[in-house]
Amino acid sequence: MISQSPVLVVVIPLIFAFLTLLFGLWRKGLCYPITLVALSLSFLASLHTLNTVITSGTIHYYLGGWNPPWGIEYVVDHLSAFVLVIVSFIALLVAIYSKKSVEQELPEKIVYFYCLFLLQVTGFLGIVITGDMFNLYVFLEIASLAGYALIATGEDGAPFASFNYVIFGTIGACFYLLGVGYLYIVTGSLNIADLSQILPNLYHSKVVLVAFAFFLVGVSIKMALFPLHVWLPDAYTYAPSTVTALLAPLMTKVGAYVMIRIMFTVFEPYFSIELIPVTSILGWMAAGAIIFGAVMALAQTDLKRMLAYILVSEVGYITLGIGLANRNGLTGAILHILNDAFMMLALFLVVGAIMYRSGKREIPQLRYLHRKMPLTMAVFVIAALSVIGIPPTCGFFSKWYLILGAIDAGKWVFVAVLLISSLLNVILFFRVIESAYLEPVAEHSSGGSELAIAREESPLTMLIPILIAGAGIMSFGILSGKIISTIIQFAIPIGF
Amino acid sequence: MFDFIVSKYNYWIYVILMMIGFYAMIGKRNLVKKIIGMNLFQTAIILFFVSTAAKRGGTLPIIEHGHDHGAHAIEAAAYINPLPHVLMLTAIVVMVSTLGVALAIVIAIYRRYNTLEEDEILRQRK
Repeated sequence: MISQSPVLVVVIPLIFAFLTLLFGLWRKGLCYPITLVALSLSFLASLHTLNTVITSGTIHYYLGGWNPPWGIEYVVDHLSAFVLVIVSFIALLVAIYSKKSVEQELPEKIVYFYCLFLLQVTGFLGIVITGDMFNLYVFLEIASLAGYALIATGEDGAPFASFNYVIFGTIGACFYLLGVGYLYIVTGSLNIADLSQILPNLYHSKVVLVAFAFFLVGVSIKMALFPLHVWLPDAYTYAPSTVTALLAPLMTKVGAYVMIRIMFTVFEPYFSIELIPVTSILGWMAAGAIIFGAVMALAQTDLKRMLAYILVSEVGYITLGIGLANRNGLTGAILHILNDAFMMLALFLVVGAIMYRSGKREIPQLRYLHRKMPLTMAVFVIAALSVIGIPPTCGFFSKWYLILGAIDAGKWVFVAVLLISSLLNVILFFRVIESAYLEPVAEHSSGGSELAIAREESPLTMLIPILIAGAGIMSFGILSGKIISTIIQFAIPIGF
Repeated sequence: MFDFIVSKYNYWIYVILMMIGFYAMIGKRNLVKKIIGMNLFQTAIILFFVSTAAKRGGTLPIIEHGHDHGAHAIEAAAYINPLPHVLMLTAIVVMVSTLGVALAIVIAIYRRYNTLEEDEILRQRK
């Protein structure tokens, strides 16, 4: 049983998705506990997998006993085990959080919501664990389709935003599929390990170059890399708060994972860096994303939309780390997958809690929130400090490695971009914190009588995940040295 | 040049179909036309994959019960690679589900805005 843990990570949420549907149609209240059980089991399995990888190295799991390159293979190395644990843990936190928010926002669709939720998580986990290019496409589409449906259940503008996402997402997935097809023509293989053996002799073939271009564009659309991000702000603004809290931290990070895999595992670093100058193009696109995301976020008054643009800029950070293509840059990128997932999780969970209590999310309407929801707002401030990059929060350490990487690469423009974006983030979050924490001067001077404001902390099922996310941001910052020395230094692709 | 086009005509058709679909997805303002474009795009990819496996005079890769006890099926040059077809079966399933989700979303949009023209929806949303 235990030796099967790689496959259990994916199979448990998949089976429970259908169990949720069956039991849910019988008793609506069973959906929530079943989802929690499924995600807890999946999280435990992924922890066990990570532990096995750390102690005894890469795991190869052959589905149905068919040997690669013919059968489908699951490969768990340090990078995928690391991302697996992040995905399953965040999914579990969002599932705990979902209870109240879903009861309020989607009272008639609870059963289908949890079914789709589990399918979504299955898709993410499958993308990360698989060692087969076509299997990856299938999981990518499972995750995307569940995402389209979940986003469309949101408020007024959601179906239209989701439709745009369907169009863009399908273009991305189809480009990826074409890439798989072109590689299959020249190599006759779909297995990632097998491809990386065969491809080096074919690097000068035009077919391989076309395949690589298709892969990069397709994955860039899925991870919302500027200038292909246009679907993201609308989709994540109008989606239900739980859905945004699940998709925003994970979809973009899983996309970044796929990009690292394709650029440095399927193809060798030599191909992506020296043969065609794709890393430097990516670096410039990432710099554009960082600045553009932050500037667009400045223009927003809707808190959720502002965070969506910050997410565009955060995707830029990870891509910049990939584009720098040196050891420090990649350490920063992989560490930022963890840090950014938790920062975005904390921010979107807090926005969901504010929405649940007050139904408002325009920045000027947030007045007195520090008295209504002191703990929730404290976590918001921690996450904001982390996005800005202040030590000891985790955001500082990934930015530190990115800056070191940029200096190593001699790209001073990127150092400047990273620093400018930190300053822009200070302005961005100060606007929110000012509105939520500082009280209007006029009311203070006139009489000075404290307005009686009842304390309305988020409900417990929401508060616990929020606090865990906040604690995570602090502790990953303090433990970042240990995380790098036990996991990330082995997760960096061979050749750096 | 002419020979090059004629001998690979299936790939040319795939490229043309894909570009028509791509144009419809990006350029058309009607939501249903966009979906039709999406379907054309995906169908073009099926044509591409199946073309890569096509071979004149190839046999089936079945050893038992095959012609001449499967003597042809053992040589790679003699049989038709079944894998692209199998991949496309999975891809067709994915495409049908995408179509289903897209149509369901379009129904939701129509109920809300009473139109399927993108410009009209954007005007109403202001």
